[in-house]
Amino acid sequence: MIDRLAAFLAMGGHGGFVWGAYATAAIVLLAILAASLLRVQREERALQRLAEAGGRRGGRARGPAGPAA
Amino acid sequence: MTRKRRRLLVLVVALGLLGSATALMLAAFQDSLVFFYSPSDLQAKGAPGDRSFRLGGLVEASSVTRSADGRTIAFRVTDGAHAVPVTFRGILPDLFREGQGVVTEGRMRPDGTFEARDVLAKHDETYMPREVADALKKAGRWKEGEGLRPTAVPGPAAAGGGRS
Amino acid sequence: MVMHRFANPARFLRFAAVALPWFSAAAVLCMAAGLAFGLFVSPADYQQGETVRIMYVHVPSAWMAMFAYTVVAGGSISALVWKHPLGEIVARAAAPIGTGFTLVCLVTGALWGKPMWGAWWVWDARLTSVLVLFFLYLGYMALLGAFDDPVRGGRAASILAIVGLVNVPIIKWSVDWWNTLHQPASVARMDGPAIHSSMLVPLLLMAAGFACYFAAVLLLRVRAEVAARRIRTLRLAAMEAES
Repeated sequence: MIDRLAAFLAMGGHGGFVWGAYATAAIVLLAILAASLLRVQREERALQRLAEAGGRRGGRARGPAGPAA
Repeated sequence: MTRKRRRLLVLVVALGLLGSATALMLAAFQDSLVFFYSPSDLQAKGAPGDRSFRLGGLVEASSVTRSADGRTIAFRVTDGAHAVPVTFRGILPDLFREGQGVVTEGRMRPDGTFEARDVLAKHDETYMPREVADALKKAGRWKEGEGLRPTAVPGPAAAGGGRS
Repeated sequence: MVMHRFANPARFLRFAAVALPWFSAAAVLCMAAGLAFGLFVSPADYQQGETVRIMYVHVPSAWMAMFAYTVVAGGSISALVWKHPLGEIVARAAAPIGTGFTLVCLVTGALWGKPMWGAWWVWDARLTSVLVLFFLYLGYMALLGAFDDPVRGGRAASILAIVGLVNVPIIKWSVDWWNTLHQPASVARMDGPAIHSSMLVPLLLMAAGFACYFAAVLLLRVRAEVAARRIRTLRLAAMEAES
């Protein structure tokens, strides 16, 4: 059992390369996912706050959905 | 609508010009974009002087000999049409064997032997399990170092039962 | 012309809300199955042994690196030619994901090259053109923020992205046009894949997983980008109201 696990981890003597490749992919993809989730949360909260503040002032609360630029 | 049409036209023309310019440039630099020369290239154009360059091809079958101390190795690199003798002193990559693709870097000696400083293994694009490779070899349908020819063999998938 | 229906950001957000959970679930499922097949079920290669398993992350990230760049360039074209508001948003959102895929492709390629070829890196046409792709992504993102006026930055970056599109076919066919150390294509070939089915299954599963990951993260980033633009418009409107 332990032998089979060790053989699996060794990957025919190139374990460092194989696991290094999988770790690189996992770290990069998870980092991008986390950064994107944080950014969505930050921007959408800021938008909500801004819209509420605008609403209290009785001005134009709703941001135009069309071309923003 | 016409302004959009004009922008699209400008873009298409610009991309067309850019594409042809790139194609011309790549064609002009064809030689320097080549990572290695084949034995036939050397035969046709001659070795590039005393400069270091790369020679690539297959290790010719039963051409590998080792010196008495086992550190210097001699073999021939072939592309089917021509072959060049190569000597190398150092550690070979795992994949090095007869029939395998290699790219060697070094200089041509005056006696026509290529003295390699570095040997890289070049593998082909076929991937299959050991047993399938053995079965194909046994059936005489495939030789190592040779791409699978689907005209003769309906792809490696067929040998292993079912293509996905 | 279906894309035109989604060119409106508000409509796109409604589509994103429906599609995001599906893409996320599909990404997790495909990648989990791909890992299971790639690490446990699929056999070792006849000449590369266990090291062949690097292929299951290297090749899908290479495909997605090129696909994401095509999305960036496509979005840029629609932004420049038709002034679709969504074109530039999608291009901006796709660029960091594509950069990540390119980085994964380069690093895993080095980790595969060292044990199999005997070199971490060589300057052959395939490896060099992928490195150029990485720099194109970096240049695109640098240009986006290089101008005080975001409209000008967006336009300059779009032009770079479109010019860089010529690199995509060069990457694809570099292995056929020139002698390279990198082997030619195994899957996208005229005469069918040169990969045994037991190795093709994990490769395609991982590719599907990476594609769904790309779609899901792209939708997230588009949402963030749309929100950021609304914030900018609201601030501008508030400033005008005060003056």
